[in-house]
Amino acid sequence: MKRLLSTFAVAGAFGLCAVSAQAAKLDQVKSKGFIQCGVSQGLPGFSTPDDKGNWTGLDVDFCRAVAAAVFNDPTKVKFTPLSAKDRFTALQSGDIDILSRNTTWTITRDTSLGLNFTGVTYYDGQGFMIRKDKKVNSALELSGASVCTQTGTTTEQNLADYFRANNMTYEVIAFATNDEVVKAYDAGRCDVLTTDRSGLAGERLKLTNPDDHVVLPEIISKEPLGPVVAHGDDQWFDIVKWVLFAQINAEELGVTSKNVDEQQKSATNPEIKRLLGTEGKFGEGMGIGNDWAYQIVKSIGNYGEMYDRNVGPATPLKLERGANALWTKGGQQYGMPIR
Amino acid sequence: MSDLVLEPVQGRSKSASFINDPNVRSIGLQLIALILVVLLGWMFVENARDNLAAQKIATGFGFLDNTAGFGISQTLIPYSETSTYGRAFVVGLLNTILVAVVGIFLATIIGFLVGIGRLSKNFVVRLISTTYVEVLRNLPPLFQILFWYLAVLSAMPSPRQSISIFGEVFISNRGLIIPRPLFGEGTGLVLWAFGAALLAVILIGYWARGRQEETGRRFPMLWVGLGILVLVPLAAMIFTGFPITFERPELKGFNFAGGLRVIPEFVALTVALATYTAAFIAENVRSGIMAVSHGQTEAAHSLGLRNSQTLRLVVIPQAMRVIIPPLTNQYLNLTKNSSLAVGIGYPDLVAVFAGTSLNQTGQAIEIIAITMGVYLVLSILTSFVMNAYNKRIALVER
Repeated sequence: MKRLLSTFAVAGAFGLCAVSAQAAKLDQVKSKGFIQCGVSQGLPGFSTPDDKGNWTGLDVDFCRAVAAAVFNDPTKVKFTPLSAKDRFTALQSGDIDILSRNTTWTITRDTSLGLNFTGVTYYDGQGFMIRKDKKVNSALELSGASVCTQTGTTTEQNLADYFRANNMTYEVIAFATNDEVVKAYDAGRCDVLTTDRSGLAGERLKLTNPDDHVVLPEIISKEPLGPVVAHGDDQWFDIVKWVLFAQINAEELGVTSKNVDEQQKSATNPEIKRLLGTEGKFGEGMGIGNDWAYQIVKSIGNYGEMYDRNVGPATPLKLERGANALWTKGGQQYGMPIR
Repeated sequence: MSDLVLEPVQGRSKSASFINDPNVRSIGLQLIALILVVLLGWMFVENARDNLAAQKIATGFGFLDNTAGFGISQTLIPYSETSTYGRAFVVGLLNTILVAVVGIFLATIIGFLVGIGRLSKNFVVRLISTTYVEVLRNLPPLFQILFWYLAVLSAMPSPRQSISIFGEVFISNRGLIIPRPLFGEGTGLVLWAFGAALLAVILIGYWARGRQEETGRRFPMLWVGLGILVLVPLAAMIFTGFPITFERPELKGFNFAGGLRVIPEFVALTVALATYTAAFIAENVRSGIMAVSHGQTEAAHSLGLRNSQTLRLVVIPQAMRVIIPPLTNQYLNLTKNSSLAVGIGYPDLVAVFAGTSLNQTGQAIEIIAITMGVYLVLSILTSFVMNAYNKRIALVER
């Protein structure tokens, strides 16, 4: 019922406030002094509170990077945990400024929900996790299985498509939150847990015996996950979009949080000089400081650092870069040129 | 004489302005208020539509004809991934109604038993009933639903180790699996026979009651009724060569194939809602019984009625007048609480329609409006039925 009410409140908000009268998002954010960032309710590696209550993860770090670019201070972010089901309404109603919540970029979401995807922070695909003792090696052996998943995701439709395309039967049990999905899977209600493969790596850590479970090799969908902003404010859209490009470009140019001070002083490469704001005035066009990218790399690091710290091979998630490697290294991460 | 009578109320002096007429005033004011309310509503709708259009958010009800593309674990009508959102809506609605109806049925039975138990002379029965009420009505319903769900799930074996009853019925953490009846040719005749038997039993019942009231002679209704209900359809089955067969559930791979299945989400939700609501119903029943004057019981006893007869024939019928109105509230609560289903993945209206469908189409306003309308209609229907029943049993004053 609470969800019903909150959605109704959103409907009410649409009814009462006129969009045209709203100030630019950047000015709003600056005057309130922080960015309100929508994250998940707890997905290890992407957005989850640690034992001290601080939010950590790739999606969380991205919001901090935007704060660093806007305020020169990565701590000026407040986080709103959202279920998959409630996330878009929160953005549409203006409760949050950025949605950074492992959200798949699809045409429906981009064109009919009043949203803009700003880029891809993680190239992912949907996968299946199953108990090792079921002795299944391929997703094609899953006919008849009961599958647990979270409601309000692209996962439900991909699942239906995959089983239908391969002429297999299945039973889907969809829960409202990730934790409920994991609990039901752990209790044996379903044979299979399905979500994005990065999500599986994170959810697995929540199981009673993570080593008893295996992720099947099949990737059944394209899941480009990225940050989202609301329609209608191009300046804010630009800022969020270029924060990610700056991080990717920094990695490509070898600028890290450790050497960024030195690079800013002594770099001779004009690309690095433009990135760090010692040449050109690229921040101006977005209404933020010209050293915006320096601030991002200084406090959060480049894309690679952010990746390795949260989800990389050295973390419990143990995710290889794969598709998320730089384009120069056979991956798909490609930062648009800063010039 | 009549010429001289003053008519201060009806007769309006021609010189006074019609604005001062109290009737004109009250109608006028109400009209203005109505216009304001309608205008406000219209402004609200227009503004919402403008804002949605400005943000390029899809609007309208056309989405109901689009393909849903997701699966649902319990469907009372044929449904597949290629069905429309409109059909998904009906599936969710039926699932909600199923939980509400079964839940109300169980809650009423448990509630009456516990309510009567609270007034029992037996100390143990009284203690158990009191504990039941105090524990269950003081815990949040969502918590109870989760408890039942996880308790039921962890107690049940996996499908391969399922508990088998005569190899026909299987219980596992995938639910209760029973043979599915298959209706072959000639089923119609059997059903007709059953209907006719049912009608005959009802008619005989009326006759037997009339005869007992007139002559005092009793009729063995139970045995005769059961006999007719079993023998007549059986005869029809033999005549048509047993058209109804059963499809046996068989373990295939992960799950049972064939057979009918009651999913654990349904069991957990229904049991949790029924036991929770029953605690409140028990209190209603107790207050209703206590509202019947003790003199009625004494009078019944002095007529030679036994305790059970006193309760059944004298006390409860009078208590019902007090019980019904709050009972209606509890039925409505149960129906509304069924929306907590999404917590355990039961595909009710809120989970399927205001959940998955809303998220895939993004049409929050339309979907929430429809969902709220449905709950409103369900609640009003329940109230209507209960009020009609209340009217029938209400004290007829002569």
